Amino acid sequence: MMFSVLRVLVPIILALVVGGLILLALGKDPIAYYEYVLQRGLFSWSGFQQTIIRAAPLLLIASGLIVAFRAGIWNLGVDGQFLLAAVAAAALAPILITALPSWLTIIICCVVSILVAALWSLIPAFLKAQYGLNEIVTTLMMTFLGISFANVLVKLPFNDPTNSVPQTEILPVADRLGRLFDTTIHSGIIIALAAVFLVHFVMTRTSFGLRLQIVGANPRAARHAGLNVGRLTYATFALSAGLTGLGGAVEILGVWGTMRADWNPAYGLLVVPLVFLARFNGIAVIGFTLFFAILMIGGESASRRLGVPNFYVLVLVALLLTFLALVEYLDHVSRQRKKA
Amino acid sequence: MDGLFTEAFVTSLFFGAVTVGIPLLLAGIGEQISEKAGVLNIGLEGMMLMGAYGGFVTAYYSDSFWLGFLVGGVSGMVVASLMVLFCVFLSMNQIVIGIALTIGVEGLTALLHHFQFSRTYPRLSEVPSMDIPLLQEIPVIGHAFFERHAIVYLAVLLVVVVAWLFKRTHVGLNLQAAGDKPAALDAAGVDVKITRAAAVLTTGFLAGLGGAFMANIGAGLFVPFMTHGNGFIAIVLAMLARGHPLWVLFGATLFGVSLALTTALQVAGVNIPTDVVQMLPFAMVILVLILFARHSYLPPALGLPYHRGER
Repeated sequence: MMFSVLRVLVPIILALVVGGLILLALGKDPIAYYEYVLQRGLFSWSGFQQTIIRAAPLLLIASGLIVAFRAGIWNLGVDGQFLLAAVAAAALAPILITALPSWLTIIICCVVSILVAALWSLIPAFLKAQYGLNEIVTTLMMTFLGISFANVLVKLPFNDPTNSVPQTEILPVADRLGRLFDTTIHSGIIIALAAVFLVHFVMTRTSFGLRLQIVGANPRAARHAGLNVGRLTYATFALSAGLTGLGGAVEILGVWGTMRADWNPAYGLLVVPLVFLARFNGIAVIGFTLFFAILMIGGESASRRLGVPNFYVLVLVALLLTFLALVEYLDHVSRQRKKA
Repeated sequence: MDGLFTEAFVTSLFFGAVTVGIPLLLAGIGEQISEKAGVLNIGLEGMMLMGAYGGFVTAYYSDSFWLGFLVGGVSGMVVASLMVLFCVFLSMNQIVIGIALTIGVEGLTALLHHFQFSRTYPRLSEVPSMDIPLLQEIPVIGHAFFERHAIVYLAVLLVVVVAWLFKRTHVGLNLQAAGDKPAALDAAGVDVKITRAAAVLTTGFLAGLGGAFMANIGAGLFVPFMTHGNGFIAIVLAMLARGHPLWVLFGATLFGVSLALTTALQVAGVNIPTDVVQMLPFAMVILVLILFARHSYLPPALGLPYHRGER
């Protein structure tokens, strides 16, 4: 237990230290930066609420990635899936709300978003299942395509011309996802937590999850064991993209109420390291996502106040990934030594 | 539609195709060398972007395009050396490190650019061209192909050199063995890790060069995140080319034309939103993959670290 805590803490600390040195080299005070980030992202009430709000889409993306990674599938097409699902929710909600109650509107939008994202992942799934084509490359291609396609959709068919910038029709605040108690936090966080727990349960406690894990560990052995690897591949892609799509819907229905052209938070590749850090464990990922949400919210304030652009968070994520892999490697080596 | 295909239209189409195609060609050839040796270089995008930044800054301050290309290539190589250290020597996960390198370079170059130029985007001076006598006189294609910076001709020459290297030399055989059956290469007395390291470093240089070309010749300036997925397109090109450098040239040309088409259409007065333009190359890749996927080929030991004596 002690050891596994260390294995997680050491990469984080190393990343923060090396990142701090980079800040120092750029002439900024790292201590002041980190302090400000913590202050804005965690210890102020408004910042804390924003952090929780931000955690909702991140957690949904993370749960989608856990399904994929555990099944040995590298779904790196998160951003495209997320944005197209967001467009679907943003375009549909204002139309439905004129005829239906808001709870039904929200449910239908979420379902449609899930389906849109799952459909978008069909091509990489087909190429993987049929020809064994590397899904890293295909999902990345689909994500670049999806980002532009989402923009085209917002600018042309779903554009609401009454606004000055291209964006979809706005869903009234009263009809969005409900708020929790007296806060500004919307109920998306509940949906996200439920999704994470559900995914964790399915992957670790059900035969379906076990099958996916076998495919992930060794596709050839899975085939020998009589599993339909092709069908499981489609299922993995659909689930992974669907959860990501739900994230897009929650972000639109909970926070924005509309989708603007050129809006792309690019959460995809940023959530990947969190899922790794958590070793594909759904419970652990919650902690890391909160940590990261603090970093993002605090970092956004810091970029306005301290003049450290938000790109710095990208550097931090890269350092985190690298040190994580390094610690993993050292751990592996020491175990090999013990064996020998 | 007859009126569309004027001489100006076709000329700008070809000219743009070369400008866009050369970075893809350089990076694609580079990736092919890595893949052949058994390293899936997902960090290619990062290497290109670092090359774009290093190449631009050098050319901007030194006023020398050649120095810019050299430093661009070396910048790509520096990123590649991290890949070598982590993935070849320490056998760490190639995909995780590849993603880390790309994200890290994206953040780092954007930060550096911010602190150097703030929100301004200074331009380089006009690109000096090396005109090929007689050939430059050819109508339509003369300007597009034979009035270019000398690096363009070198890039095309590289295809021939690499093809020869793969086919006729020991170096090529060693590379192939490192990807197909590393244990056999080891048994033959050649160090697998050194072979792979050399391959990845070469890839880094070529990708960096491609990035520097994008910044210095293609755009004339540096913008954060400017490689916009080109590194990943190059990976696809290398995958589909099944180890043949000439096919990378063919693929890069195809892509170049599809990308340049939209710019050329705008020259011709047809108005197309930029988002549609940006979709084209990726839609092309997907289409090509669906049609020709069963023909793509990757070496058996791709992505797997090599440990002597391990089965």
